[in-house]
Amino acid sequence: MRRVMILFAFAVMALGVYLGICQHRRQHPAISNTATASPATSTSGLATAPDLSMTDLNGGALQTSSYKGRVVLVNFWAAWCVPCAEEVPQFIALQKKYQDQGFQVIGISVEDDAGELRDFYRKYRMNYPVVPGDLKISDAFGGVLGLPTTFVIGRDSLIHGKHSGATDFSVIEQEVVALLHAPQS
Amino acid sequence: MAAPMKPGSITPRTLILRLLLLSAVIAAVAFASAQATAKPADDVPSASQIQPGDLVQAMKATGAQKPVVLYVGPKAFFLQAHIPGAENIGPVAKPEGMEKLRARAASLPKDGSVVIYCGCCPWDHCPNIRPAFAELKKAGFAKVRVLYLATSFGADWADKGLPVAKGE
Repeated sequence: MRRVMILFAFAVMALGVYLGICQHRRQHPAISNTATASPATSTSGLATAPDLSMTDLNGGALQTSSYKGRVVLVNFWAAWCVPCAEEVPQFIALQKKYQDQGFQVIGISVEDDAGELRDFYRKYRMNYPVVPGDLKISDAFGGVLGLPTTFVIGRDSLIHGKHSGATDFSVIEQEVVALLHAPQS
Repeated sequence: MAAPMKPGSITPRTLILRLLLLSAVIAAVAFASAQATAKPADDVPSASQIQPGDLVQAMKATGAQKPVVLYVGPKAFFLQAHIPGAENIGPVAKPEGMEKLRARAASLPKDGSVVIYCGCCPWDHCPNIRPAFAELKKAGFAKVRVLYLATSFGADWADKGLPVAKGE
């Protein structure tokens, strides 16, 4: 009798774990690693991050090549996009936590009203540069057809991850940490 | 001979029962949580949703059977890639987009098939499809459907190799 009860208890626990996993998958439906167009690829098969000259929200010049040697997270987002806005505080925390280790977040805003974007930037006290996006920038990343979309670029300037949709943030952080600690060639 | 139980100690049977109870509680909480975060009671009923593969097939029809496809999301995405033949209305979450939708709807037959889509953001959070659907239903369109894109137009259409056109 005791054995049956133990087995039943484990079955119920397994069901709980399974339902938890189902919930997690429902919350984070897709992590796509394909791009609609292909930026230049390296011998490793990974795409090379584009070298772009952009102008940030405050009118300052932002050259992606100046971040060479750092791990860079490029987040396409919009203030009007609910899941994007929910991610911003986490990117702020990530920037704060890892910036001294050579990490940089760059936000690319898509179709935001300039005033609303500035208000959002101030309200959330964003601690990383935000660039009003355009077609050239999206194309350089192989096309961005939905928000949020996040690219994780290694110190080797290769795109190691692309996350489409609301993504489990721990996955992104793990990727960043792994790239920060990756041996440099 | 087994040692006598100390007062207040837990018997194996009690331990198993408590474990069982705890497991049941964990399972119930996980299940309730999964239900709560599932797709909310949708204001676009499933009968009014169309899957990407089905839309590709529907687009092969000719004449009145072929649906009019209206894109109701941000122009930045439309210019990069859109469903061939789709008309760019713009984001209907904004007043000018809604006005454009109303104007276009006024020139369409109410009994015609209309498909609206966006895919700017995950389905549950799209600010455009629900107001567009509600507007067309209010206007009397009986055969209006919404393209179901779970994550985005990129992930659920373009990346799957379905047909796209670029530009205006």
